[in-house]
Amino acid sequence: MTVDTKKDQLLTIAGKTYQSRLLVGTGKYKDMAETKSAIEMSGAEIVTVAVRRTNIGQNADEPNLLDVISPDKYTILPNTAGCYTAKDAVRTCRLARELLNGHDLVKLEVLGDQKTLYPDVTETLSAAETLINDGFKVMVYTTDDPLIAKRLEDMGCVAVMPLGAPIGSGLGIRNPYNIRMILENAKVPILVDAGVGTASDASIAMELGCDGVLMNTAIAAAKDPVLMARAMRFAVESGRDAYVAGRMPRKLYASASSPMDGLII
Amino acid sequence: MIKIHVNGDILEISENATLSELAKHMSLEGKLYAIEVNEDIVPRSEHPQFSLNENDIIEVVQAIGGG
Repeated sequence: MTVDTKKDQLLTIAGKTYQSRLLVGTGKYKDMAETKSAIEMSGAEIVTVAVRRTNIGQNADEPNLLDVISPDKYTILPNTAGCYTAKDAVRTCRLARELLNGHDLVKLEVLGDQKTLYPDVTETLSAAETLINDGFKVMVYTTDDPLIAKRLEDMGCVAVMPLGAPIGSGLGIRNPYNIRMILENAKVPILVDAGVGTASDASIAMELGCDGVLMNTAIAAAKDPVLMARAMRFAVESGRDAYVAGRMPRKLYASASSPMDGLII
Repeated sequence: MIKIHVNGDILEISENATLSELAKHMSLEGKLYAIEVNEDIVPRSEHPQFSLNENDIIEVVQAIGGG
């Protein structure tokens, strides 16, 4: 028997379609070889990178990330991680666009403080406006506030990415009801970004109806990152299929699975 | 020689050196990078003609692992 996967639509972000609904980061891996293996195993097509100063001469032989994760093969999604003001985030995006030969899809994140890495929403709104006016296609990391998510969509962000829990915390989807409220109102893809700790967290996000999940630490900080990348690939696929299939209704009492007719007693 | 600031460090480079020469000095040839001079991005196509001046503040960035 073949599964009718045509019932489901592909993920489309800024006019481009993707087979995979799992987006992965490239941070915190042991080395480039592990980065490459884990990302390949995850099946992800959109891969986030950070923009940082090159070192001045030293370690010149170290492989460049984009030699390993080629922009010809993957959609590179530069982020603004580490930015605490709209100005710094906009500056980083402009550098990323130059770096990637005009590629204008970016992940905007403006952080509020180092302890929580929680999004600074007012700075995020300000940066999003500047970037959109400057022609960027903005995938925006934000809180799980349904009103802010809608506002970011209305401004023209191509995807809204509420957190499940703080970045790198692995606490899972802390407020599924808010994610559902965001989904109900959304006309752009909604992706859970941050907070996933293990495969079931990714499935929960997808079962809620999210269009995708973005994660980094859950894979990179696993004891076996490559195996966890595989687990996450299947978790996102399973969660999505379950969402599209539609779960059975919950009931308080039992409902026998075997027929009552033909019992020997 | 002139002094310029590159990624927060002081670097001495010959007068009239261009951004292309700086990139070569930093072993960046063939890699994907972007350069800002005094907070303005200089497009890669202009690097061969773009001469550096004393006290220019330069940022040279590349993509690295991140989430």
